[in-house]
Amino acid sequence: MRSSAVGWLFLAPTLIILFIFGVVPFLYVLVIGFTQWNTFAADPTMQFNGVENFRRLVFDTPFLHSLWLTLRFAFFVVASEIMLGYLLAQLFMRDFPGKGFFRTIHTLPLVIAPIAVGATWRLLTVPGLGPLPYYFRTWFGYDLNIGRYVDQAFMMTVVMDVWHWTPLVTLTLLAALSSLPKEPFEQAQIDGANRFQIFWYVTLPMLKPAILATVFIRMMDALRTVDEVWMLTGGGPGSATRYIGLYIWRVVFPKTDYGYGSAMSLITLYLTIVMCWLLYAALVARRDLKRVEA
Amino acid sequence: MRKPRPLLSLAFWIFSSLVTLFPIYWMFVVSAKNRVQLFGKPNFLITSFFTENYTRTLQDPAFQRYMINSIVIATSNALLCTVLALLATYALSRYKLAGKENVFFWTITNRMAPPAVFLLPLFLLYTQVFVVGDWRMFDTRIGLILLYCVFNLPFAIWTLRSVIDGIPRELDEAATVDGANTWQVLTKVILPLARPGLAVTGILTWVFAWNEYLFAATLTSVHARTITTGLAEFVTVTGTNWGQMAATAMLTLVPALVVLGIAQRHIVAGLTFGAVKE
Repeated sequence: MRSSAVGWLFLAPTLIILFIFGVVPFLYVLVIGFTQWNTFAADPTMQFNGVENFRRLVFDTPFLHSLWLTLRFAFFVVASEIMLGYLLAQLFMRDFPGKGFFRTIHTLPLVIAPIAVGATWRLLTVPGLGPLPYYFRTWFGYDLNIGRYVDQAFMMTVVMDVWHWTPLVTLTLLAALSSLPKEPFEQAQIDGANRFQIFWYVTLPMLKPAILATVFIRMMDALRTVDEVWMLTGGGPGSATRYIGLYIWRVVFPKTDYGYGSAMSLITLYLTIVMCWLLYAALVARRDLKRVEA
Repeated sequence: MRKPRPLLSLAFWIFSSLVTLFPIYWMFVVSAKNRVQLFGKPNFLITSFFTENYTRTLQDPAFQRYMINSIVIATSNALLCTVLALLATYALSRYKLAGKENVFFWTITNRMAPPAVFLLPLFLLYTQVFVVGDWRMFDTRIGLILLYCVFNLPFAIWTLRSVIDGIPRELDEAATVDGANTWQVLTKVILPLARPGLAVTGILTWVFAWNEYLFAATLTSVHARTITTGLAEFVTVTGTNWGQMAATAMLTLVPALVVLGIAQRHIVAGLTFGAVKE
């Protein structure tokens, strides 16, 4: 009935663009990852050196540290954003005066450039200029200085990310909530379920695909965060917020260690894909289940 | 159900809005002050508006070029991605294609890579491989427009997929029975029904393209620089021009705010779209 040639024709432009600007650079990285290539080294030419880069990676403590930091960062931001975003989405389901206006305000951080978000939070936290260190000191006697304290710098990047991305979670979960059918809720109420039971046995199972999809998107982006953290802390103090993207950038550009940087990129990409694939598998399994039921 | 308490909920929303707005407001305060007024006890009131941060930025020809570049690049990229994603999701949704779920998943893997991964190969490709005579892809608008598709197209496809899947197949089939060809089905049936979803997709891709920094900073030098790279230029090794940085950051917000304001209606329509069931 429908010829698949036409289908592929519709997909062609997308696949061509993604191939040239996604796959070709990737293949390039794949080749460079197995070479020794540093334009600042004694021998600046590209030389094949097998898996040497990958062996070096396993013993590279700063790299492993960056990886751990990134995972910790992703866990904290995604968990906080999902909880806060769900709460706001639920509250937006009710009717109250000025709903559209408040929703616009709560969407605002989403449209701000990460580099501007970093700049904004930097303005808030620079000692001597920012209001946060000033009031933390005068009200609580607490020394807030993200240029000096490791845990504060980490927490501040998390707070910044939550401020920036919770609106996205709110919007997607709001969309999911408003598309849910009404009947199961009415049925549960008639059956005398309390609010927690409705949440746990009715809302949550129906929202699960949407929540998983949101976690998926947010985790992917959290794992690759660069610009806003770079603007806020520059990866410091020391290496406290040097997330994997910043670490790779440092190895590739200022140090021009192309071969090692590429190997690192490959491993990072591989780990990201594995984590996302696990989530996606959970999503697809659920969808197939629904098809069987229907 | 519980009694509605409008005052309590209003208080809650005002409070949470203030928390959301505070960082932006502070940026505005900084942008409206001169160097001397900035330091010492934070002062949230703007007693005298120091306009030089803005005038100096706006009258700078480099800044004007950055702004135009950003507008051109973001708009072209959003249009391109939305159109291509519509075609792609239609194919994925309606055709029996071998391995299409794998293709669907593969598209998003392009978005997963840390951007730092692609910086080096793209830099080399743009300066040495994508070269035609005197022309090379490095520092061109078209280079960034096409490159931004790598992360925006998968996003658009993943957003539109549920929208297109949500349009009942019976409608296409009815149109086909009435003698419409594939193109007519797409433009006369799918397009009008998917419009809220398309609007939301277009807007979000526009914003992502407008906001991109890392590639723009690495793959341009003079002609195709965007506003986000201009913003980062205020942070230098010799210190930061806080006032002008804040003013530039405020200016990068303006178009995004306009788009958000215009699109608010569509975003709401796009969000409730999923509620329209057969």
